[in-house]
Amino acid sequence: MSLNYTKKTISHFLHPKNLGSVKNADACASIGNMVCGDQLSFSIKVKDGIIKDIKFLSFGCASNIATASVLTEKVKGLTIAQAKNLDWQEIVKDLGGLPNQKIHCSILAVEGLKKVIAEYETKHPAVKK
Amino acid sequence: MKVYLDNAATTKIDPRVLTKMKPYYLRHYGNASSIHALGQENDLLIKACKERIAKIFQTKPDSLVFTSSATEANNFIIKGVMRANQAEGKHLIVSAIEHPCVLNSARELADEGYRVDYLPVDSDGLVKLDELERMIKPDTVLVSVMAVNNEIGVIQDIAKISELVHRKGAYFHTDAVQAIPYLNLDIKKLKIDFMSLSAHKFYGPLGAGLAFINPDIKIRPLIVGGGQENGLRAGTYNVPAIVGLTEALILSYKERAAYIKKVKALRDYFWAKIKQAIPEVYLNGSLPKRTPNNLNIRFRRIEGEAILMDLSFKGIYVSTGSACSAQNLKVSATLKALGLDLADLNSNIRFSLGRYNTKAEIDYTVKCLKETVKRLRQFTPIV
Repeated sequence: MSLNYTKKTISHFLHPKNLGSVKNADACASIGNMVCGDQLSFSIKVKDGIIKDIKFLSFGCASNIATASVLTEKVKGLTIAQAKNLDWQEIVKDLGGLPNQKIHCSILAVEGLKKVIAEYETKHPAVKK
Repeated sequence: MKVYLDNAATTKIDPRVLTKMKPYYLRHYGNASSIHALGQENDLLIKACKERIAKIFQTKPDSLVFTSSATEANNFIIKGVMRANQAEGKHLIVSAIEHPCVLNSARELADEGYRVDYLPVDSDGLVKLDELERMIKPDTVLVSVMAVNNEIGVIQDIAKISELVHRKGAYFHTDAVQAIPYLNLDIKKLKIDFMSLSAHKFYGPLGAGLAFINPDIKIRPLIVGGGQENGLRAGTYNVPAIVGLTEALILSYKERAAYIKKVKALRDYFWAKIKQAIPEVYLNGSLPKRTPNNLNIRFRRIEGEAILMDLSFKGIYVSTGSACSAQNLKVSATLKALGLDLADLNSNIRFSLGRYNTKAEIDYTVKCLKETVKRLRQFTPIV
């Protein structure tokens, strides 16, 4: 199987950013891929509609870890509205590409982000307006 | 330090084997089917190779067919026997833990209208003989059970399986790719009808496989052409590969006792050290009933490909049956058949030791493995 990760993907795998769980998080969500068994958990801290902090936990391959890591970097400081519009293709582009069979990792990471935002909005309905 | 612990994937060729192969590229390069002297001396050489191989396995030279790989040998035997013996029935039984080349050959036959049953294994990885007894029907033509599993190294009781299969009137094939030189495969005594091997698993060259057939049983060729191998496998004889396979096989069996002793001592040391250094580790498959080169370990709560990649950056080369590492994102059929918890299916690493590994390499691997597992467990969401 051809599985050549970019330098940036490898760097995020070996040294992932924003690992762990945010203290006193405003929302937490976990997501899993039924096919490959990977799992991600995100927790966020929001202030004035801006994602102040985001951390993740991963049970997954190198690309699962790297995509989640790069996603947290991109999302920190964004408004909820901006974060909701994050596209998985931006993650792939940011990493300099992913092997074909690993594209789904970036989709899982973005779905996880959407889930944690949805969780936040459910808990804080006022902010949604 | 570089540590190669993926010998079940392929081995580094024995330099003595390579030396024996070289003249057949550079001087004796005749096509063994050519009538002139340069061709005919290679024709004789191939016959001599078959004589030497037949001796090791207590079989006849005319029961050997050289192929390009064990994958080809397995395809040839399974499809060839089923297609040639339709008058006897259209039922095939393969174990649930066969290599993909056997499982996918069976699938192809199922698409063609054959009936295929998958023989389950117990939690040790051993096929259930009582199930097999029930599964074999009057129209069962062939039963295929691998001698040694490629992932967990578990050794099947070939003598018992063969006896049962023949008593019930079917033919028996075993994929013995991972069995060399660990098992004494006496084809006559074990009454094996069909068997497959591959040279690169025992320090021989890539591209050299071998199919053992029972000349009394009908088989249809997979590759047709110029009539080589008695019409059973067409294609120019790969003389250097045949020489390499033969030399590697003979050396493996000649040096077998010392090799097994060395690799087993190292493997047992490795497993003891891992258990000592790392919590929550479990062995997949039986320990006593496996080849002495294999360890397949479950590292709970972390994912196999992540472990593999992390080790790879430290110069340690292993493999995993995790779904992430598969092109089709499917978890290995073998690990699934063992009945592991769903959560544990993707947390497995296969270490396969070989002739060139040293104690210093094992010590380095345990040290790195400890760091890798610790790092990945720091951020797992699974408790």
